[in-house]
Amino acid sequence: MAFLDFRGGSGRVQIVSKRRATCGRHSWSPRVGACVLRTHLVRKRALLGGSNKPRLHVGSRAMEGAMQTESKIRADSRTEPGPRGPGCSLRHFACEQNLLSRPDGSASFLQGDTSVLAGVYGPAEVKISKEIFNKATLEVILRPKTGLPGVAEKSRERLIRNTCEAVVLGALHPRTSITVVLQVVSDAGSLLACCLNAACMALVDAGVPMRALFCGVTCALDSDGTLMLDPTAKQEKEARAVLTFALDSVERKLLMSTTKGLYSDAELQQCLAAAQTASTHVFRFYRESLQRRYSKS
Amino acid sequence: MAEAAGVAAESLAGCRARAARTVLDQVVLPGEELLLPDQEDGEGSGGAGERPLRLNATARSRGRVVCGPGLRRCGDRLLVTKCGRLRHKEPGSGSGGGVYWVDSQQKRYVPVKGDHVIGIVTAKSGDIFKVDVGGSEPASLSYLAFEGATKRNRPNVQLTRGAVLLLQVSTWAFQVGDLIYGQFVVANKDMEPEMVCIDSCGRANGMGVIGQDGLLFKVTLGLIRKLLAPDCEILQEVGKLYPLEIVFGMNGRIWVKAKTIQQTLILANILEACEHMTADQRKQIFSRLAES
Repeated sequence: MAFLDFRGGSGRVQIVSKRRATCGRHSWSPRVGACVLRTHLVRKRALLGGSNKPRLHVGSRAMEGAMQTESKIRADSRTEPGPRGPGCSLRHFACEQNLLSRPDGSASFLQGDTSVLAGVYGPAEVKISKEIFNKATLEVILRPKTGLPGVAEKSRERLIRNTCEAVVLGALHPRTSITVVLQVVSDAGSLLACCLNAACMALVDAGVPMRALFCGVTCALDSDGTLMLDPTAKQEKEARAVLTFALDSVERKLLMSTTKGLYSDAELQQCLAAAQTASTHVFRFYRESLQRRYSKS
Repeated sequence: MAEAAGVAAESLAGCRARAARTVLDQVVLPGEELLLPDQEDGEGSGGAGERPLRLNATARSRGRVVCGPGLRRCGDRLLVTKCGRLRHKEPGSGSGGGVYWVDSQQKRYVPVKGDHVIGIVTAKSGDIFKVDVGGSEPASLSYLAFEGATKRNRPNVQLTRGAVLLLQVSTWAFQVGDLIYGQFVVANKDMEPEMVCIDSCGRANGMGVIGQDGLLFKVTLGLIRKLLAPDCEILQEVGKLYPLEIVFGMNGRIWVKAKTIQQTLILANILEACEHMTADQRKQIFSRLAES
């Protein structure tokens, strides 16, 4: 229930961590865990009446094999059963596409407990004042979970817009507008990375021509130099530096980076390398998710 | 660090260009590069993308390969720009290398020259009608772009065809809000799209104003292409169910009209649901409807 119910309160968090805690205690193989998650999904879909419309894909934690290489980057000094088991740096992902009927493309992306819903409209009509004669006008609107959008949202919108503009082939649709609307459903750390992932999946769902896919990865450095990927809200608060990178899918090049806090040059390179490795898993998840979607048609 | 670099190198190596032939009918993602058949021999021998020098400059035996929707030419390779299944069509008469395209699922229409679409008249300014076709800007339609219409002579033409399509073309009876079935003569990214209700011979050929009543609804572009495919059984089954008139626009719009409103709504629901149903479920529904 946890993955499909976006309106959960505190009860939902308990369910999620209970499942992960049981998984973490035994040394289970990635495939077993994945089977457990997928059978749950199949049952839920059967209850929904067999309609294929919502395309929900849950990323398995089958990244343990590759994560062995990151063991020296990730010194797991935690003793409490956190939301992820030992040896796995990224939280669970789940992605659902084409869930809204009005926008041309929509996607919902979950990373652990952080969840963002994205909708894309375009290429559509544009106001004369905003039109650009030789490419599409890209607009990003980010709405926080509560309250009015403020300066932080504006700054994140600009970062997401710059990333999208680097990747979307705007020259194919001059004098049109492509609007990406993001709604934060729940924020439990790594919000910007989750927004980037949701925006990418929504753009792919809308059929906007792109020259590559992109993903967002967040790293946090705590006071003794330990690197944590995909930090939770608590880890971000206690960290001395939080770095978010947007990477493209063709050559893992850096599209956007935004950092907060104190870090050295060597640490920056280390974080970037870790993010590039983590992005491989995100892109593999995108590929599986999209293959599943097209396999049903 | 060394192991991380090793993993990174392995992942980057997976992104090298693949031969288009090997990924036919598979899902391709934006950013992938595809090699055309006459460039593959170089990849095998060099391994790092070297190609043997050809002394004979006209060694291309394949001819022209057409790059369809979802693909862009990038140097001498094809760059995938949309997510979907890669398809290929062999050339019929032997000239050229065929067409490659990506079958993607989309809702938003982008005008393409030659497409037949259903538009809604939104404005009339002088001699031009502005028609909303679902794209980024309204298309323009001249009042002379109808069969037999001249500045002076304004005939009221009636066309009857078979059992399926019955259209009444009356050039002056239409106003803002009417439905028009026409085709694009100008549709590119730089210019405003223009449509006409006349074919190249000057005949209407089924195009023009769509009559009164009926229901217009919107579906995805992929469903329209599926329904208009030559071997589509859905349409034949629907035709056996009730007598109906139906018009498909490539912009995702379908106009349907049956004897009663209830039948029209049933048909609209069936066509919308067709996308997500398997063939068996569809046959079940049709048999249930045929009984009642």
